[in-house]
This record gives sequence, structure tokens and C-alpha cells, in this order.
Amino acid sequence: MEFRYLPMTETDKKEMLKTIGADSTDALFSDIPSKVRFVGDLNLKKPANEAELKKELTNLANKNANLKEYSSFLGAGVYDHFIPSVVDHVISRSEFYTAYTPYQPEISQGELQAIFEFQTMISELTGMPVANSSMYDGGTALAEAVNLSAATTKRKKILVSKTVHPESRAVIDSYAKGPNLEIVEIDQVNGLTDLKQLADELDENTASVVIQYPNFFGQIEPLNEVKELIDQQKKTMFIVSSNPLALGYLTPPGEFGADIVVGDTQVFGIPAQFGGPHCGYFATTTKLMRKVPGRLVGQTTDEDGQRGFVLTLQAREQHIRRDKATSNICSNQALNALASSVAMSSIGKHGLKKMAMLNMQKARYMKQKLSESNFEIITQDAFFNELVVKVTGPVSDYNEKLLKKGFIGGYDLEQAYPELHGHMLIAVTEIRTKEEIDTFVKELGDING
Amino acid sequence: MANQDFPLIFERSKEGRTSYSLPELDIPEFDLEDEFEDTFIRKTAPELPEVSELEIMRHYTGLSRRNYGVDSGFYPLGSCTMKYNPKINEDVARLDGFSHIHPYQDPKSVQGAMEMMYDLQESLKEITGMNEVSLQPAAGAQGEWTGLMMIRAFHEANGDFNRTKVIVPDSAHGTNPASATVAGFDAVTVKSNEKGLVDLEDLRRVVDNDTAALMLTNPNTLGLFETEILEMAEIVHEAGGKLYYDGANLNAIMGYARPGDMGFDVVHLNLHKTFTGPHGGGGPGSGPVGVSKELTPYLPKPLLIKNDDMYVFDYDRPESIGRVKPYYGNFGINLRAYTYIRTMGGEGLKKVSEYAVLNANYMMRKLEKEYDLPFPQHCKHEFVLSGKRQKKLGVRTLDIAKRLLDFGYHPPTIYFPLNVEEALMVEPTETESKETLDGFIETMLEISDEAKNDPETVQDAPHNTIVKRMDETTAARKPILRYNK
Repeated sequence: MEFRYLPMTETDKKEMLKTIGADSTDALFSDIPSKVRFVGDLNLKKPANEAELKKELTNLANKNANLKEYSSFLGAGVYDHFIPSVVDHVISRSEFYTAYTPYQPEISQGELQAIFEFQTMISELTGMPVANSSMYDGGTALAEAVNLSAATTKRKKILVSKTVHPESRAVIDSYAKGPNLEIVEIDQVNGLTDLKQLADELDENTASVVIQYPNFFGQIEPLNEVKELIDQQKKTMFIVSSNPLALGYLTPPGEFGADIVVGDTQVFGIPAQFGGPHCGYFATTTKLMRKVPGRLVGQTTDEDGQRGFVLTLQAREQHIRRDKATSNICSNQALNALASSVAMSSIGKHGLKKMAMLNMQKARYMKQKLSESNFEIITQDAFFNELVVKVTGPVSDYNEKLLKKGFIGGYDLEQAYPELHGHMLIAVTEIRTKEEIDTFVKELGDING
Repeated sequence: MANQDFPLIFERSKEGRTSYSLPELDIPEFDLEDEFEDTFIRKTAPELPEVSELEIMRHYTGLSRRNYGVDSGFYPLGSCTMKYNPKINEDVARLDGFSHIHPYQDPKSVQGAMEMMYDLQESLKEITGMNEVSLQPAAGAQGEWTGLMMIRAFHEANGDFNRTKVIVPDSAHGTNPASATVAGFDAVTVKSNEKGLVDLEDLRRVVDNDTAALMLTNPNTLGLFETEILEMAEIVHEAGGKLYYDGANLNAIMGYARPGDMGFDVVHLNLHKTFTGPHGGGGPGSGPVGVSKELTPYLPKPLLIKNDDMYVFDYDRPESIGRVKPYYGNFGINLRAYTYIRTMGGEGLKKVSEYAVLNANYMMRKLEKEYDLPFPQHCKHEFVLSGKRQKKLGVRTLDIAKRLLDFGYHPPTIYFPLNVEEALMVEPTETESKETLDGFIETMLEISDEAKNDPETVQDAPHNTIVKRMDETTAARKPILRYNK
């Protein structure tokens, strides 16, 4: 069997073994004790040639209902936005995607500068002075923010609103076990954080308050009121998780006095791809700059005074500090951060607001159409591009029927909120047309009977 | 190459220029300002660039030319397994049926994706000899932490709350002790002996009934196989601890040995190393974990299982450590790894390790004439040289690395592992030809000559890169982390 990735020839092998002074390659493995030496062949499917494998995997892909063939109204943290063609052309440049972390700045200025630009864009969007090079995703970025707040304030209690993404909350719970944090969840009332309960729970042991903006239901949390409550406790930190697209229209969390702002840039140039890889961002204050998890790129000069970029403040990181590091994160999402940078450059300063508003307009049209069809709309207050609608049976039944009509329906809120039986979270992005919305509402009405 | 400043995308920006293409509003317009309190409406637009589409392409193409990947040239970066990234992987990952599917779709509508994930889990079980695999962790470091959290859950389930220590060798990756801390343990170091292997005497000294686990890379970061692995497993297991396998170096032993057969209880793999997920300039990666039967109940949830002919996500796992990441892991990277495994099969993967080890030993024997080799035995997929001899001539390992840049190579990993002075850690991988190895060897020998006869040329390197050595001290003292107009 030939393997096209392996250039070794029989002649090479002989010459190399001679240099080494070994009879066979087997001799190079003689240090593996016979008791643990694997005998026989790994029981894997036999190797596939390129054409055959492409066909096999295309067939597998075709078994999935994809967002290009179906009209999707599913969001809940992962969105189907338009991806400009330039994005894939840039990230397909193999100088980017086949490179390692830019530890050798002289031959990595491209990646380093791209990250520096990404940091700048995130800083601009969130209204925070410092942003890092990326995190795995929005959920783990939020969990890292929580752990950082506990380490910084030396407090153990964390207040997390139930309007925060349920899977992000699950990740926070897992990350909190290491440092032994006490996670207190604050209930939601009509899709917003219960501020009264928040005020009651806030005390001198509270390390941080975690709010999502817009929240999981698409609604706009009153960050100003939350901040006022937090300020009654010295040191308690304000952590906000934000969909960065919404910040094209909404006042950024930085202006409300957030200490850490995190989220996911999947909305900018990254396909849903079954939930990952996406791209977390992490932005914070100058005060916390030296405690940020993950990589940071800084501007400097070379020996000739030429501007250039390097990985910096590495004394925070695992490869230098080992067990004293801020976080254990190493690989992050550089290529996806690049994709998002290209998408943000393409959308640009003015396109961003326009795109955010298109999402909002279409979501309101959806709301109006649903109302006209006598659906009960739960979402009443200010919202972004998602809304909650009540249907008369299990959401999963609706979605099964919608799929047959060419639609991927909304998120079944009952999965994460048992009290919300028959509540569907519907996302409307800029690429959904009037016709798709009209038909979707009609089909939903038909199922409703 | 000309030494010229390359503008930032923001410096290319000009008021009024656009690159976006958004749909027209096809519905009646709603008054948004009416709905929002003024305080929530953004007043100052974020300063994103205003550039045309061609300017975007020129900018990023220019940046890509100021970067260096495996497709650009030889990248013998030890511990990172910078092998060729197959192009079919990239094509497959871009199929609509894989790239444009939503994690909350009805599982019945994504059976193809779930079948791939299941097959990948099965393949990784076979390659590692473990009982069950979860694809959820996002990268190697997250896999490590996930593994340690499972070990912690196991001990706690046994009413064993006093196991506070995680033991790591002095040669371990930095992520090992960092992950131990994040998981709530104290990292304790075990020393290496004169052969570069874990010192069994020291291991017996540090292991006791406080030990939660020993984290081990095998072959270790010196590229040496821990020959006394069974004795080590026995020491740790007898004390009630668990054995953790850092899969960073799996490229050395596929088809030759399996962590499960060596007595490891938990394994993480770096699919972006051994299994060709591209490194992407620092991610995204993927760090699946494999476990023994005893630890299977603690795997993150949901776990992908097969029920009759249907693939389902099983959430009913009461002893699970919970979620480590939203959704189901880095699917796009897992898909690339699967494509690679299907290309190679068992036979191919064994050849991968055979040739990775052959290439490393060949280079090691050629280079030991001019560079100190602290551990003379056969290596596995990588080896570590010491620049001690050159240092006496005033040429440091950093200088050698910078000089390699002038010859068009990415340098080896330097100053790691920490237990070798002036370390140069070389990992050629199996996808490089003998000619490429010979070219690099020749250059390394030439640099060694330069160190003797013309040290300044090495000390002042690099000479022909687009920028010279960077002032990293000022970068850290007065950090500039974003562009300001």
C-alpha cells in the first residue's frame, strides 16, 4: 500500500539505518518492554484512496440537513449569518493555517499583526481597553472569567443569572470545582434577571456577577441597574457575556463599567459546524491586564527601530509559570480569530450597525407576523434578534414537522428550563427573507391548527 | 527582503469606503429607537476598518507572506508534531453538510455527523487501547484538565478526599502542572535520572496516599521511551493513584504500543498534532480524552453513543463531571482527524510512527558529532540536543535558532525541556523527505562551524528576515496591546 504523505523510499530507509547503526526500524523500538509492545495490526477500517474517501465523506455529509438547504430559525448561541467570500480565501492561505503559534516573531509577523488587529477590533466592540488573542469559545471564556474574578478578589461566591446560556452555565459549574467556588444562580423573571434576588444575594463574599447581554432569550439586560447594585459591594466584579454583533447597535458593556467582557465571535465569519470550533474572546480592564488568560500580542520595535509585534506578558502563561500560571490554556483559536478579523474588516465600521439593525428589523417582523397569527409572544421588552413564542405542544413535534417543510425550527427552551414547556426560541438573522419568514409563520400556524 | 513597515488594516482605512454586501430591507421598517432606552443605544461606532474588498485581500495576502507554515518549509519544532496538513481534510471540512449544521438540530437530522464522531471515537479507542472516548475537550490543555477532573471525581466517589497531589516529571509540558492547579491539585515534581527517564527512587519518595495521579508523556519530552513504565504504574496504582497519559507524543508509538496496555487510566490526544488537524497559527485544536472502564462513568456529558441504528447524545450520566465545553467539541478539527485516519488505516499509522522515529534517529546521529547529545540511546519521534559546546564559544541556543531563520528553516523548540541546558528539541515528523533532513543537517553543521570561526554572524542573526530581533523587554514593560489612532 502506498501512502502519499510518507516520502520514505526503501533506499532512504537502508541508508538511514546504516547511519544509525541499526539493522531494522524495529530495533529503534526495542526500548518498549515486550509486555506492553502492541502485536498485530490496529483494527481500523482499511485505508481509503482520495477519490473513494471524498465520496464516502460527501455521502456522510449529505445525510445531514444543512443550513444552506434549509431555512433556519435556530440560534441559541450559534447563528447562521452571511460569511463574506474573502474570509475563506484568507484563512485558506497555508502560511496561516499550517503555522504554529508565533513564537519566532521574525518569521511570524503576519500572524502576530493579525492577532494585534483582532485584539483592537474586540477592544473597540466591547469598549474595553485590553483584549486577548482568543479563547476556545464563549462558554469557556466565561468560565475563565469567573475563575479569574475569584482569584483576584480572593472570594468564592459567584452570582450567575439564569438568563446566561445554559451550556455556558454548565461549563462554569465544571470549572468552578477546581477552585471550589460557590455558584449561585439568579432566577429569571419574564426573560430578564431577577434584580431583587440579585440584590439579596450580593454580599461581601461575592467575587463576581455574571450577566449575558443580550441574554439567552434575546432580551437586553439593564446593565446600568446591575452595575449600581454591584457597586454597593467593594471589589465585586462585573462580568458580561456579549454577542459582539449586537454591540454594533447596543451600548458596549465597557461603558457600563464591566470588568470583564467575553463572548464568541462565531457571528463573524465562522460557520456553525455542529458547535465548533468557534472563537471565544476575552476583554478586560488595564488593571487586570497582567492576569488575562491566554496569549497577548504587543507592539514593539526591532533592533533597527522597525515596528513589529511579539507575544508578550508571557509571565502569566503555563509554559513559563507552570503551576502558578493564570490558566492552563495553550492552543486557542488563532485561525478562527483570523476568520473573524477578516469578516469584521469586510463588514466594517458602518456595515456593522447596518447588519445588527437588519437582524433586529427582521426579528421584529417575525414578531409582528406571529402576533398577527395569534401566537402568544413571550418577549415583550427590548430584544436583539431572538424572541420567545409559545406553541401548543412540545417544540420537538413542531420542529420535526417544520423540517419536512424545509425549515429548521427554533430552540426548545424546555430542554434547559423545565418550566418553559412549549416555548420556542426563534432567531432571525439578516439572511432570512420576508418570504421565508412569512412561510415559516404560516407553517407554524398550520401545525398549531 | 526589504525592511519595510507594513500598515495595519486600520491605517488602510478611509472614511466612506466599504467592503460589505448586505441584503436590502425587504420588510416594513420598525422604529427601533422607540423600543430602546437611550442609554442602551450605542453612540460611537466601533472603529472597524473602512476598506474595499481588494484592499482586504492585499492586506491579508501581505500578512500571509510575512508568516511561515509547514507548506512554506521545514518546521522541526519539537513537541509540536508539525507534519503535513492534508488538503482533502480541508475540502471535506468545508462540505455544507458538515460546516453548516447546527448543534441544536434534531439528532435525527444530523446522523451523518454523529456517525463520523462515533467512528472517530471507536478509532481512537483502538489506537489508544482505552475503554471509552469523549471528543468534547477543545484542545490538549483542556483534555488534561478534563482527565484530572475525572480522576478527582473518581477519588471523591470513593470517599477519598485527601488526594491533593498530582505528580509531574521535571521534563513535563508546562500545561501539566498548570492543568493540575486549575483542577484544584498541588503539582509535585518528580526528578529525571541520568538516563533522562523518571527516577523510580524519587517517584517512590513522592508517591503516597495523598497522590491523586501521575501525569506522564511517553515517550517523554526528551523523546525517550519510559522503559520502566510498568513499574511506575505499579507504584502509583499501589498507592491508590491514577496514571494520566499526555498524548502529545503519540506520533512515536502508533501501532507499537498503546497507553491502555501500559496501565494508563486516562489519555488525552492532540488531534491537531498526531492526526493532522492544522495548527492554524495557534489553534483551534482538539483534545479528546480516553478512559479505562473504571473511569468511564465520569466522562463529560453528553456522551455520543449508538442505540440500535441511531446515534444519540446520552445526557443520563449521573456520575459525569459535567460539561467542559459548550456543544460537542471541535467538530471541524475532529472531522479532519477522522479523514486522516481513514486515509492511513492501521497499516499507515504504524508506518507514520516507524518513519517519524527513523527520521529522528537519523538526524540525531548526524548532529551528535557537532552538538552535545545528553542522552545517547535511540530516541523516539524527537530528540533533544544541548547547545552547551556552542555556548562556551559565546553562541547561545537562541542565536542558533535565529541563524536558522536566515536559511529558511523554522527553528526547533528551544530551552525546553527545562532539565537540559541550552536545549534544542528537534522533531522532524514522518512527512519530511531524506533530502529535507539532509539539507537541515548540513545547515546545522554549518552553523556549528560558524560558531567556531565567525561567531558574530550567528550572534547577530537573523540577517535577512523582514524584521530583526524584537525588543521584548519594552513590549512587556510598556504594553501596547491595541492600535490607537
